[in-house]
Amino acid sequence: MQQVFKKSSLLTDTPFHYCPGCTHGIAHRLTAEAIEELGGNQGVIGIAPVGCAVFAYNYFNCDIQQAAHGRAPAVATGIRRVCPDKIIFVYQGDGDLASIGMAETVHAAARGENITVIFINNAIYGMTGGQMAPTTLIGQKSTTSPAGRTAELQGSPIRVSEMLATLDGAAYIARVSLHDLKSVIAAKKAIKKAFDYQVAKKGFSMVEVLSTCPTNWGMSSEASMDYVKNEMTKVYPLGTFKEIGL
Amino acid sequence: MAKVEFKEALCKGCALCVIACPKKIISVSDRSNEKGYFVAEVNDNSLCTGCAACATMCPDVVIDVYR
Repeated sequence: MQQVFKKSSLLTDTPFHYCPGCTHGIAHRLTAEAIEELGGNQGVIGIAPVGCAVFAYNYFNCDIQQAAHGRAPAVATGIRRVCPDKIIFVYQGDGDLASIGMAETVHAAARGENITVIFINNAIYGMTGGQMAPTTLIGQKSTTSPAGRTAELQGSPIRVSEMLATLDGAAYIARVSLHDLKSVIAAKKAIKKAFDYQVAKKGFSMVEVLSTCPTNWGMSSEASMDYVKNEMTKVYPLGTFKEIGL
Repeated sequence: MAKVEFKEALCKGCALCVIACPKKIISVSDRSNEKGYFVAEVNDNSLCTGCAACATMCPDVVIDVYR
């Protein structure tokens, strides 16, 4: 009998601190597996965000620099300019990437920085206690939109993938989900492809991963998966928004 | 012949494996681990096909699959 599924060598033995049912763990695993398939952890540098994934440096078995809130793409830019041949990935949540770090993200994409961004979109601020994020859906309740977000008061959610796909520097932009087995397998393929674009030095690549936050959504893990499938994908359609070709 | 092994100390009882299993042989037990979570378990390993759907959906990489 052979072992057909085991933890990636790119992940350490440290247990994830994430809440039960949170899909950050799946996204970590897919990222690690994609990098492992590129050939192990040599010459791999990750950038950890601020947010729930701030401890990513404990989980990934490679060099990692933790960045100030939202500045991960800027830090990655610096590392890229010094190390032109390393594999560099940035792991950010929606509060980090789409709010405080929006400028860094947009400009890194516009410059066509040869980095791969894994963008976890769970439509809420997780670590800080469930405040409204730029990606919170209309009608979705959070601690700072207790009656549900309205377009009149708080504006509409930002579709980061569609926006970045308009920039010439972006080589590969895709949105995937983790709500069921099929979508997880598709997500793995997209993340792998994003890294392939980086290895081919084609420019900026990003995979937006629709994710859950059972704790702050106030739902069970199963209901959270249904919410992603039925509600989030309506506002954030899955697909590839930019692909310049390898 | 296939089997799955749960590293119970890491399980948080989120039950995503329970939903993912096509054979419906996983359930959340009434046994808790050191963290205080009720852990998932396989009821009948003889029905396991080793498809790894449970392991693919597990956010905490609790499950090893053998086939």
